[in-house]
Amino acid sequence: MRRGHVLLFLAWVSILFYSGIWIFMSGFLLMRIELNNQSSCADLPSSGPQGPLQQHPGTCWLPRRFQKAVIIIIDALKYDFAKYEPGITNPKPYQNKLPVIHQLSTSQPRHARLYPFRADPPTTTMQRIKGMTTGSLPTFVDVGSNFASYAIQEDNLIHQLVENGRRVVFMGDDTWDGLFPKKFFKSYFFPSFNVKDLHTVDNGILQHLYPTRDSGDWDVIIAHFLGVDHCGHKHGPDHPETANKLAQMNQVISSLVEHLDEETLLLVAGDHGMTDTGDHGGDSEKEVMAALFLYSKSPLFSHELSKEAETVPQVNLVPTLSLLLGLPIPYSNLGAVMPDLFSWPKKESSVSAALTLASAVHINALQVGRFLHSYSLAAGDLPSDKLRDLKSLLSSLMSEYEQLISERSRGSWTESEYENRLRQHVLRVQRYLVQARAVCMESWARFHPLRMLAGCAILAATCLLCYLAAETGMALDLSCKFLLTYPLFGVVGAGALLAFGKWLSLIEWDCLSLWALVIAASQLTFFYSFRKQMQVRVRLRFRQLSLLFSGPCLILIFRCGSLFSDSFVVAEGHVAPFLLMSLLVLTIYKLHWDGRLTLPTLSPLGGDTTKLTLSTGYRKDGPILLALLGALTLCVRLSGIFHNCREETPDCHPSLFLAPLSNVKDPQLKNISYLGCIVCLVAIVYMVRKWLQHYGNLNSSSALVLYVRWGFPLIALAITCHWALSAGAEDSLARLRDLIQLALVACPRAVYGLAALGLVFLLWNPVTVFMKSSRDSDADNTVTTYSGAPGSQAELLHVIPQIYRKMQRTMKSRLRHGTDEEEENKGAAIEAYGLSSVYSAAMIVTLSLLTMVLLLLHSERITPAFLILLVEAFVILHIHSHVQNLYYAPDSSDQFSVPWYAVISWALAGTQWFYSTGHQPVFPAIHWNSAFVGFQEGHENNITPAVLVAANTFSAHILFSAGSSLLLLWPFLCETPGKKKKGKKEAEEMPLMEMRLRENPDKFAGALLQLGTKYLFIQGVQLLSCVCAAMILRRHLMVWKVFAPKFLFEAAGFTVSSVFLFLGIVLLLRVDSAVKSWFKSLILQQQR
Amino acid sequence: MDETELRKMSTGHIFGAFAVVLSVCVPVLSVDGFSFLGTHLSWLCICSLCVILVNILLLLLLKPNASSKKTSLSNKLSKLTKSCIYFVISCFLFHGIIVLYGAPLVESVAETFLFAVLLSSFTTSRCLCLLGPNFSAWVRVFSKDGALSVWDHSLQITTVCSVVGAWLGAFPIPLDWDRPWQVWPISCSLGATLGYVAGLLIAPLWIYCNRKRLTYKSR
Ligand SMILES: [Zn+2]
Ligand SMILES: [Zn+2]
Repeated sequence: MRRGHVLLFLAWVSILFYSGIWIFMSGFLLMRIELNNQSSCADLPSSGPQGPLQQHPGTCWLPRRFQKAVIIIIDALKYDFAKYEPGITNPKPYQNKLPVIHQLSTSQPRHARLYPFRADPPTTTMQRIKGMTTGSLPTFVDVGSNFASYAIQEDNLIHQLVENGRRVVFMGDDTWDGLFPKKFFKSYFFPSFNVKDLHTVDNGILQHLYPTRDSGDWDVIIAHFLGVDHCGHKHGPDHPETANKLAQMNQVISSLVEHLDEETLLLVAGDHGMTDTGDHGGDSEKEVMAALFLYSKSPLFSHELSKEAETVPQVNLVPTLSLLLGLPIPYSNLGAVMPDLFSWPKKESSVSAALTLASAVHINALQVGRFLHSYSLAAGDLPSDKLRDLKSLLSSLMSEYEQLISERSRGSWTESEYENRLRQHVLRVQRYLVQARAVCMESWARFHPLRMLAGCAILAATCLLCYLAAETGMALDLSCKFLLTYPLFGVVGAGALLAFGKWLSLIEWDCLSLWALVIAASQLTFFYSFRKQMQVRVRLRFRQLSLLFSGPCLILIFRCGSLFSDSFVVAEGHVAPFLLMSLLVLTIYKLHWDGRLTLPTLSPLGGDTTKLTLSTGYRKDGPILLALLGALTLCVRLSGIFHNCREETPDCHPSLFLAPLSNVKDPQLKNISYLGCIVCLVAIVYMVRKWLQHYGNLNSSSALVLYVRWGFPLIALAITCHWALSAGAEDSLARLRDLIQLALVACPRAVYGLAALGLVFLLWNPVTVFMKSSRDSDADNTVTTYSGAPGSQAELLHVIPQIYRKMQRTMKSRLRHGTDEEEENKGAAIEAYGLSSVYSAAMIVTLSLLTMVLLLLHSERITPAFLILLVEAFVILHIHSHVQNLYYAPDSSDQFSVPWYAVISWALAGTQWFYSTGHQPVFPAIHWNSAFVGFQEGHENNITPAVLVAANTFSAHILFSAGSSLLLLWPFLCETPGKKKKGKKEAEEMPLMEMRLRENPDKFAGALLQLGTKYLFIQGVQLLSCVCAAMILRRHLMVWKVFAPKFLFEAAGFTVSSVFLFLGIVLLLRVDSAVKSWFKSLILQQQR
Repeated sequence: MDETELRKMSTGHIFGAFAVVLSVCVPVLSVDGFSFLGTHLSWLCICSLCVILVNILLLLLLKPNASSKKTSLSNKLSKLTKSCIYFVISCFLFHGIIVLYGAPLVESVAETFLFAVLLSSFTTSRCLCLLGPNFSAWVRVFSKDGALSVWDHSLQITTVCSVVGAWLGAFPIPLDWDRPWQVWPISCSLGATLGYVAGLLIAPLWIYCNRKRLTYKSR
């Protein structure tokens, strides 16, 4: 069996999984179809305005009410920020900081009004800008594309402004540049992505806002301030900085109000709110409730408001603004006009105001009706019966309107009666608009059941395939023919057939379905050839199905079942450790149950029970295992300290350790936490070095060893410098600021560079073996250090010599001269320090490098979590190797197969640490700050920040999947030195440890394949249950809040895991080939 | 297979189950304001006491580990004190394990501890009654071929059932049903109690069904 085939097989399986995910996702995360139709003044949907507006000049759909508008968007301006509560004696930092709004709305109630402004989820800035300009409803899938915004294709407010010859000046958030490229008359964009920077955008706007306003060279000014939002992200709303920012906004609003003329409308709006931690993106009440403030020097409203204003849906802004500014309503708008603002002209009578409102609402309804009509023609995904109802409702409303207008000209009603009827009509039209919006909202969360089923089926088949490959294990024939030819044949055959069909236009499917068929074909060919092979060779018996009917299976079932309940998904951070502990306790208890912990000589049935005491009858593994179990549970319990919270659990408090060090106000606490973090970091580095030293891998003078000796402390130093600088950057002197900014970039980059250098060394020469030729010394002495024979204490502790002879025998026959004596006579014994742990050493070095890089991406105070993570992984590996060595003899072939419980506990630990590194599978909980570690100024491309954020989010997945091959290596490493004291032949009893892998290259490759497929199976089954949960529960109340984000995170986590599993195996194979060439060179040396 | 032993054990088990049922019913009927959910702490105390008392009574009446040797009073006394110490240790051990499994550390310590006492009375007190304070005998009983009598088998079954019941009882806690029995540790103690009762009832049946195999083994 070739190693390359193992890699190819794993890659193929991963591709099958990815295809399944992709196909499912295309059916599950649907986008709404965007219509490219544009509204224009000419194609007025109705017969035109009625009543006193008819003769108005410059009428588009409705006469222009305001010539100019100043639109101020304050990002994340929550309603609580804008609302003024006079009763409060001790306001929080964000309360009562915008007094100008309160003052205007009380002193001029007909000129100013504050509304609660309800945003539609997802409450990310780009989606909100889209919603506030197109008037349509964003779909869930847009959430992911927040990194790069794409130009809006749909008809929108900015487009209408530009089309109708208005000069739009924009300043602020550069997201708008991506959404509306080259639309603005003048624009001043400022980078928005760096959430740590509170002032650049706002100060930039203020530099241009007043001069632009005074120049008069504009019709509409849009200014998008980001300071409040960034302040929320950085400090949370409950911070003095928020008060400063809001005070600044207050200043902006009041100075704008002073210089406003009669013809200008001032609009201040928040695009969304924020949670108590300053995050947003979801649909909780706090994130959704923004503020909207309207003001004009001329009276806006017909009457004063006695109570608080009614909540305005965010989409309603679009038709309202369009009609007020004399523009056509954008084509795809679903909003309804705000009735308060259409009570003009007031001069003649209230009837004329009512008529204005009626015609505005009428136009609005016609526009929505037109949109629904063309949308149903284009997409056909809106339910036709509901559309029919809406259509008939609209036509009846239209005829009612016509009748009302004609009755006015006939004058058959009194003024007040007529007005009353108009108002009744308006209410009915408004109800229609709300209904239309509800219909769209409902059906845009609509799915492709066939695709979802196909994706599920492919995932399930791939899981089955993985399971079969894992269970057959060594018996599986990994020949080129079996592994590659058949599936490849399937792919090519199916592809050709489908292409032919498509070419003849027999098949009218899209590429996705074709790809699904190709994947299915390749899977079927695998199953077919597998079945053929099984018939000839081995038979799968029920006894061999080691996963089914066992304790680990039960745990896995519980784990997968828990993904179907929203409460359990929310509580997954507690469920995973619970199951992990239960699984390991079960495993150890089973060990005891099977009598593996008692010494074989003393059967419990043999003698009197009272004689059976703990000291005589028991292996020392028992207490050791119990101690390890205790350590594990302690680690697991401690890891709970670092949990983050999600909005579903309101009484949960996010861990204090998640906040960066710079947020700690108490200087003493700051110093103590800083020191604690350094201690943890040093402990990690020290432990890794100690481990390498213990196994003798720190003796050679190769580049990698030198790197471990000097590079690791250097990386740690750079990390501590970075922490110190970022923690104290705020209060540094102005003079030093530039220098510190430079260092803040340089330190992380130094870490990245050093880590990359380490990886290069590792790949170049991963053999950390120190060779000591000992021709002149006695051969017997050279090999006995481990079992406690002569040798200094240091040698005893730090060095494990590896007999070279044993290798020789298996490697080449050339050197085999016969018996042991001959070799002793020749004196060809060689001490090879660290040879027996050469594979693990490479893995450990890689993992510690990865750990340090990932550590840098997290907030400083998470460092203890990473220390506990490494300790926990170490404990799990130790438990596993104890169990393995108690069950199997070191040279049995069962040692090469990693049992299911180990793989499941490894995967569970990975899940547990996803939560314990401060993550949650929801979008607001993503640590966006990590994108700026080493890139303070932002990024040129979108790939680097995406990689950094992904590495931060999935750090536990990365570490555990890259380290999964340790599950195979560790039992060899902890192999007990065989039966001692057998006389002269002590050399024979030296543990071979990892060299057993080298001795059995076929078994090694098989073991890697088995491990890889088992790990992929466990991950794949979890993914499959997430997919099934999302599919089955797609009408569930929590689908967009819990199941869909969980599915996306699980899918991304699976992708990351599979990639790093693959890379880990590649690394192991690289070490293997390096060891092989090392032996070759050794033999050549000996021959000379 | 000793038929009389099995019959003795069955009656003992039925008494044990009856005691648990009584511990729920009697206070509810006799004491005002007592309910399983509302005054869970006192129920935990009562149930533990009941179970321990019944176990001691059964020990005295049925003499499951009747040994031919006569033991002196001082020996008995030392056994008794040892048993008490074992029981207290097991309570604290259970408390620690429960906390490590995710129970709150500081809040509701009393609840957690009384739950640990309940579990101890379901498991440890029975072990103490049937095997005495002999740790190696406990270890022996809980391994594959360690059971030497019907009592050992019943001990295995009831202990495993109560622990598994407590473990399963943890599962409803995260659910958002807002039921009063989802509060810690009610569902767990409920699970443990149901498991214990089920174990008591299952054990004689299981032994009866497997009597051929067991007969062969015990000799
Ligand atoms: Zn925003
Ligand atoms: Zn934001």
